[in-house]
Amino acid sequence: MRNKSRETPEVNGSSTADIAFLLLIFFLMVTTIETNEGIPRKLPPLPEQDKEIVESKLHKRNVFEIRVNSSDQLLVEGEYTKVGNLRKLTKEFILNYGRKENLSDNPQIAVVSLKNDRGTSYLTYINIQNELAAAYREIRDTEARAKFGEVMDELTEAQQEEIKDKFPMKVSEAEPEDIGGKK
Amino acid sequence: MKGKFDRKQGKKAPGISTASLPDIVFMLLFFFMVATVMRDSEALVKTNIPTASELTKLEKKEWVATINIGPPVGAYEALKGTAPILQLNDKFGTVEDVVVFVENERLQREPRIRPYISWALKIDKDVKMGIVTDVKQELRRANALKITYLAARGQGDFK
Repeated sequence: MRNKSRETPEVNGSSTADIAFLLLIFFLMVTTIETNEGIPRKLPPLPEQDKEIVESKLHKRNVFEIRVNSSDQLLVEGEYTKVGNLRKLTKEFILNYGRKENLSDNPQIAVVSLKNDRGTSYLTYINIQNELAAAYREIRDTEARAKFGEVMDELTEAQQEEIKDKFPMKVSEAEPEDIGGKK
Repeated sequence: MKGKFDRKQGKKAPGISTASLPDIVFMLLFFFMVATVMRDSEALVKTNIPTASELTKLEKKEWVATINIGPPVGAYEALKGTAPILQLNDKFGTVEDVVVFVENERLQREPRIRPYISWALKIDKDVKMGIVTDVKQELRRANALKITYLAARGQGDFK
């Protein structure tokens, strides 16, 4: 009789929090937040004899020259400028279509040439790479919207390739030199 | 009247229920389990990576090998100085070790994915380009051409 009326005693749950805390602290210790994003780049194969050929084929107006010195100062097409202006200047250069005579003939043959000093900081280098990538992304997005009504990310692979072929991103990096000396 | 007052004084403030505490902690736990990855090697160099906006996600982890460049962490400062240095897996390295590192990483992976390994460069933002350029030259020599400059999402800091 007595047994029947008794209920099963509840399991005490007050230690669940402690167990969870223990696990939490374990995970905090042994894991790191993943950094799995970055700016992808393709390095050119080591130069043999093809280097000279490329240089001689290009007309000066189709090369957008960026130089960075060891104090992280920029010289774009011979003029001092700031990283913040780079995106605008690059877009002007690529989308010139032969209008201004010191800028590119057409986007197909436009090349951005980046030359940095050994003393340039990596931060400045990444900022420049990022601004160049942003300039091309904006140009491609504009084209994609005009042609397919969507931004690049929404397009199919074939459509993306078509746009990329129209505005190929050509960034050439010169062999480094010591411009402006050690710092 | 008197009785009422007596009752109030005798009553204790109710304790705050901690019944939901495990739930909260479990929530945090699950967040960390999902958002983080197991640390595979101890950081020997400080790599405070720059921020950028034009980022692409890396492929599967097995397809990526990482080269860290930065000043040694505090514990190794006395031994290695404060100049930027390479960390290849769990060892310090120099620029000359890159080619061997690349070959080792290739051999550790299945033959079919070897041509597609991408080389992640995790570089401190205060490092000068000299050492970075040297490493890039070595990667070219080892024919490891697919590289990624690791960066955090954000606006680049420049004027």
